[in-house]
Amino acid sequence: MQNLCSVGKRIPKIDAVDKATGRARYIQDMKLPGMLYGKILYSKFPHARITKIDTSKAKALPGVRVVLTGEDVPEIKMGVYKDNRPLKAGKVCSYRDEVAAVAATDPQIAKEAVGLIEVIYEPLPAVFDPEEALKDNAPLVHEEHKTNVLRMPWKLHYGDVEAAKAEAAHVVEDRFSTTWVTHCCMGTSGAIAEFDPANNLTIYSNTQIPSLAQKDFLDALKAMGIADRRVRVIKPCIGGGFGSKLDTYAYEYIAILLAFYTRRPVKIEFDRTEEFIATSTRQPTVTYISQGCDENGKLLFRDISMILDNGAYTSWGATTPSVMMMPITTLYRVPNVRYEAKCVYTNNTYSQAMRGYGNPQATYAIESTIDMLAEKAAIDPIEFRRINSNQSGDVSTQGLRITTCGLEDCMDAVKTKLEWDKPNADGEGVGLASLIHVGGGARVYKSDGCGTIIKMDDFGRIDIFTGATDMGQGSDTVIAQIAAEELGLQAEDIHVIHTDTDVCPWDVGSHASRTTFVAGNAALGAAKKIKARILELGAKLLEAPLEKLMLRERCVIHLDDPERRIEIGKLLRKAHFSHGGQMLMAEYFYDPANENMGKDFRGNMSMTYTFGSHGVRVKVDEETGKVEILNYVAAHDVGKAINPMLLEGQVYGGVMMGLGYALTEQVILEKGENMNPNFRDYKILTAKDVVPIEAPVLETYDQDGPFGAKGIGEPGCVPTAPAIANAIYDAVGVRIKDLPITPERVLAAIREKKGLDLCGQEVDKEDADACIIEE
Amino acid sequence: MSREIAFTFNSNKIAITVEDHWTLLHLIREELGYTGTKEGCGSGECGACTVIVDGMAVNSCLYLAAEIDGKELVTIEGLTSPDGSLHPIQKAFVENGGIQCGFCSPGMIMSAKALLDENSNATEDDIKDAIAGNLCRCTGYVQIIDSIKSVSGYYQKEAPQVVAWKNDEDDRGE
Repeated sequence: MQNLCSVGKRIPKIDAVDKATGRARYIQDMKLPGMLYGKILYSKFPHARITKIDTSKAKALPGVRVVLTGEDVPEIKMGVYKDNRPLKAGKVCSYRDEVAAVAATDPQIAKEAVGLIEVIYEPLPAVFDPEEALKDNAPLVHEEHKTNVLRMPWKLHYGDVEAAKAEAAHVVEDRFSTTWVTHCCMGTSGAIAEFDPANNLTIYSNTQIPSLAQKDFLDALKAMGIADRRVRVIKPCIGGGFGSKLDTYAYEYIAILLAFYTRRPVKIEFDRTEEFIATSTRQPTVTYISQGCDENGKLLFRDISMILDNGAYTSWGATTPSVMMMPITTLYRVPNVRYEAKCVYTNNTYSQAMRGYGNPQATYAIESTIDMLAEKAAIDPIEFRRINSNQSGDVSTQGLRITTCGLEDCMDAVKTKLEWDKPNADGEGVGLASLIHVGGGARVYKSDGCGTIIKMDDFGRIDIFTGATDMGQGSDTVIAQIAAEELGLQAEDIHVIHTDTDVCPWDVGSHASRTTFVAGNAALGAAKKIKARILELGAKLLEAPLEKLMLRERCVIHLDDPERRIEIGKLLRKAHFSHGGQMLMAEYFYDPANENMGKDFRGNMSMTYTFGSHGVRVKVDEETGKVEILNYVAAHDVGKAINPMLLEGQVYGGVMMGLGYALTEQVILEKGENMNPNFRDYKILTAKDVVPIEAPVLETYDQDGPFGAKGIGEPGCVPTAPAIANAIYDAVGVRIKDLPITPERVLAAIREKKGLDLCGQEVDKEDADACIIEE
Repeated sequence: MSREIAFTFNSNKIAITVEDHWTLLHLIREELGYTGTKEGCGSGECGACTVIVDGMAVNSCLYLAAEIDGKELVTIEGLTSPDGSLHPIQKAFVENGGIQCGFCSPGMIMSAKALLDENSNATEDDIKDAIAGNLCRCTGYVQIIDSIKSVSGYYQKEAPQVVAWKNDEDDRGE
């Protein structure tokens, strides 16, 4: 690698000063002249017919400008499966269903008006367990769909699993489950919609998908009878994303409808309770898995069938099996693989994308059973994984092409840093789990592209208009570093604009850990065009051949004689203010050469794959079931760290989110109703819960990545739960197969193993019956 | 009911009429128009609205506006010098990766300031205690704790002993 000036440096985020001083403006901080405040009324039942809605009292409240129900507005079909609409008409299918909405001059009035809407429901039988929902006599969530199973046939079979099973020396088989968890962005959801007199729409929203949102809203306008108008999506500063803003939502469409019917800007901003109740969760899963190996520990097959609780409507959560296929077919070398997933409607909240996009759920089952299999084969868990490790140059059964693979090095780093071979103290144990994730884009849409425009001023500074969305992860800074490196500038010379579809080119969205790779390559492509122009101008002025020139220190410099140089700003001014003047601008659209999945789900969905291994040392209290994390090592093959400080931030943040997923977080739904919609009862980790985390970074310099980089946004939270589950098993010999791994679950498993009942009594003792468990 | 109150706001004296039911957060954001202080939950669970009242970090969403009468209030906007230069704690957050989405940052920085004003030699445990009520979903807190340690006197004598592993830059980029 060449000597780099900007790439590879720990440069502070370019928006950090605004955020540290309170200057950054979030949707919460925005007010438009004449703006009204919208508020949504949600369902009182998980499944019911709406018999009657009386809005007269709400409409009569002074300050109320409009009250809308599903019957008052045209049907706008929304969601991945088009099975949802912003305001429900006739029927509700979950507690989060939007029944009516109000726009008023003041948030308090809007809230009061919502309370005045009278709705009469006729409750219907409901179903909350996806396995129950599969049964013939189960209530149908959507009658017109005829079945609760979505028509998304996630099914693949490569090789011959049955033959491999017959051949295997060791086989393990088990059931794992994961539950609802939610993103908990610190900035709640919100949008402001505004129409101009010609019915062009401007919407300010916290979206991760400005270009796809623009299309969704155009479709909505069409449904409202407004054709051939413009939609402009403006993103204020986003208070966290993690996948939660990967779809368009009812509240955005409702803001649009309220603005349309009032001809005023309308803002809808969620409070924290709404954020918990009315935003989408990670997809809960039930996984039946079996894996087998030969007598030497070589994996022979992996067989998985999965049921996903889709909830009442369909968002991207239903497509997470597409990403689960990646670890299922390709985490370690597996010659025979079978996978089937059913997404099932229930009357629960509906699921969405969340950091890892199904990968954490699949990896929990895979990596737990890998440890079980290693034990059966009497091979050390790391050694077992080494025998089966992916290698650079591999092509998996699914057709995923592994260009660079640092998996074994990651395992080595964990082994060393965790002191894997050190004898365990009492109650202590170590566990490891690995990951594969898309690191070079992910072609799940028709295009996986991102556009970039670069504009240079007269002073050697540039504006970059990127399609990418920075929701806090730091993509603006990474893009600036990449462009600065190519153009011999400093990151501070670069202004990145990602906020407005009127000026920014198309991008499929910030998801799939794709932004550094895809938007980075797009910025690099545009920078290369600009660089060629600067060098041409420099060659004339310095009277030197192009190949003798380089860009560095904000100058065009002669390679043989570094004193022969001209400042880029000066060069640009000369070019601009001369006869036939010119200014430098360039555009570049980068669409990676990855592939959509074919009919049998084969296809190289990403240009490259990120690998990692997480290891953890735990101490388990056998009296209480409490798991203490003594040390955590998260090693990743990232290709190249464009900004090590930001990269570590992604890993630490991912690991802590993963620890919450593993140990404490759970949206508790009781018959579809959220029982813990607040931070007291939904336990994300606090500063007091921080564990010692080491994050070794391994660089494999991927040929297609910008300066060799792969994506790293999601991996941090992928293998956390199985690493911990494996460590708990190592410590106390119990295997926890359901998330979250609460002290109650660990204690129950310990007592079961000791032959005790849940209260710790010997089962055959006379007073055992007296044990009462209080929920 | 409303009442007249007077207090010091980021070093300036202010007199204003407030409604009895207003929270301090409402006064700061909606009436005074300073939006650096954030509302993350409205019920004292997340700390995004942390401000400093007479040297104490408080959740302004749980604090009645009328109670600020006669007191000294500092918000995130009051930390920066008149010439625009950052307070050392703000600078530390910027330089150590303590900020990602930034929504928790103003509250986090105010909690850190209240801590260091009271105890300039705060240890890692002191820091974790002080920001235990400030939730962050992006950073995993590691680089936030590093940021605060970098300006605590306790860690100035020797190189900060960081909870997290750091890359050795000399080994990189070759």
